[in-house]
Amino acid sequence: MSTVVEKLREYLDRAEAEQIRQLDQLVAATGLPVYRDPKTGALIWVDVRELRLRFQLSVNRIAKFVEGLSQERLYYTVCRRCGAKYFPPQADCPRCKSSDMEWREASREGELVTWTVINVKPASFAHNKDYVVGIVKMPDGFNVTAWIDADPSTLRPGMRLRLFVGKRPGENYITYWFRPV
Amino acid sequence: MRRVAIVGVGVSKFGYRPDVSLPELAWEAVKEALDDARLDAKDVEAYVVGNVGGWSSEPLPAVVVGEYCGLAPSSGIRVEAACASGSSAVRTAYHMVASGEADIVMAMGVEKMNESPTPTVVEFIGRAGNYFWEFENFGLTFPGYYALHATAYMNKYGATEADLCEVAVKNHYYGSLNPKAQFQKPITVEECLKSKYVAWPLKLYDSSPITDGSAAVILAGEEVAKKITDTPVWIKAIGAANGTSNLSKREDFAGLEAARLAAQRAYRRAGIDPSEPVKHLDVAEVHDCFTIAEIMAYEDLGFAKRGEGYKLAREKQTYIGGVIPVNLSGGLKAKGHPIGATGVAMIAELTRQLRQEVERGRQAPIRKGMALAHNVGGTGHYAFVTVLSL
Repeated sequence: MSTVVEKLREYLDRAEAEQIRQLDQLVAATGLPVYRDPKTGALIWVDVRELRLRFQLSVNRIAKFVEGLSQERLYYTVCRRCGAKYFPPQADCPRCKSSDMEWREASREGELVTWTVINVKPASFAHNKDYVVGIVKMPDGFNVTAWIDADPSTLRPGMRLRLFVGKRPGENYITYWFRPV
Repeated sequence: MRRVAIVGVGVSKFGYRPDVSLPELAWEAVKEALDDARLDAKDVEAYVVGNVGGWSSEPLPAVVVGEYCGLAPSSGIRVEAACASGSSAVRTAYHMVASGEADIVMAMGVEKMNESPTPTVVEFIGRAGNYFWEFENFGLTFPGYYALHATAYMNKYGATEADLCEVAVKNHYYGSLNPKAQFQKPITVEECLKSKYVAWPLKLYDSSPITDGSAAVILAGEEVAKKITDTPVWIKAIGAANGTSNLSKREDFAGLEAARLAAQRAYRRAGIDPSEPVKHLDVAEVHDCFTIAEIMAYEDLGFAKRGEGYKLAREKQTYIGGVIPVNLSGGLKAKGHPIGATGVAMIAELTRQLRQEVERGRQAPIRKGMALAHNVGGTGHYAFVTVLSL
């Protein structure tokens, strides 16, 4: 069962295959990666040095959050000194400059604040069908941004939504989303 | 702090510009600004470049532009404030002159977004929020962030998609009169309503395009400015503020808190009555990256009461002759939105408006001698409000 990592790479490779083949043929035939832009006739040099980016993000200080995901729980932090609540969880409290944080599990239900449907997708999400992203107000005292697994025409401000943590179908890695109660 | 004037302005043709490289594109605006001020590149003591990049090949745009335009060895830096990078360049240049460090400083912005294919650009601007918590797992896009505000605004106040389209129709109309605008054709509300959704409830015609373009303004201290030009336009005040990176941390989605704060700060410094700013202003350029953004701007700036911004659009009160003319350049929507250049282009446009030298049909009547630029970076992540005066 392939995950988002391989799936996305295959999708992007497939989408770019024809372009790469044409560029290679152009360089082979003329010795230059140069062509005329069909719309304007402007002379274009196509970069021969491809740059692929995949970042290494530290989640070291929010390890409890990552651990929570694998237990199908969503964690937030509360400052032990001043009581400030953080989601996304922060390891440091800028309000009182303390780093003594308590990890708490988020409630399972919240209320829909606002939402959108992503119709034109970024390259790295282009293998997905249109998806709904919403912001949900949790009773714990913060909002959560996540996908909403629902027909968008049924959504209303203030409606009750249930939080799910688990493997996202199709991408097979653990994340979190909401569904109408 | 001494008074600072704008003594020269230049703007390139905005649009799809595969005919020029990034420094060549910058030169179009730099040359026009130098000619306007009757100065040479060597007269510029320092320069500040607004550029976001990522989609374009040059990682050090200030260096490349500095060499090509003959500005080096003067000191040059690149600044970033997302879609408000241009305003941050103007602000940094303003500080250099106001402090007395330099007499003549250039602020410019340049962006070549079309060096990358559209899905890559969509990817880059979608990452412009809080990368891990909004993009990595949820694939928000730039229209998506503003759509979250649009949904909330429309639900709260009853504005319709047709109301949003009124903004697009106005800005395309004025864009059609601006030879440097990316889009040169007027559109109708019906055409706008029929266009495809990019991030529901926002459609293609609610959205500013992907644009290549550049803009430059030359700032000078009072004594020098009066020698350079008979029509200096003064930077009266700049207000700036930031919002949270995560949209989930916003208290309110029907406006942009950072823009409200930036306006309050600018109004205080400029002596503008915040309860009735239109009384003081002849014309404004506001950040209409999406139609909803212009409607929120009316309210954040105090041109309309909370919840009534869409009525200004519906009643066509932001055309010439209305309560206050807004985006007579065509705005980001029709003039185009070359990210780092946009804020500088706003200042260049308002300078020409105050000098009464823009094209027929889109020149605001200048009676009070004051104009305002509202430039937002990201989705209310950065906000700059700049007030200019004769």
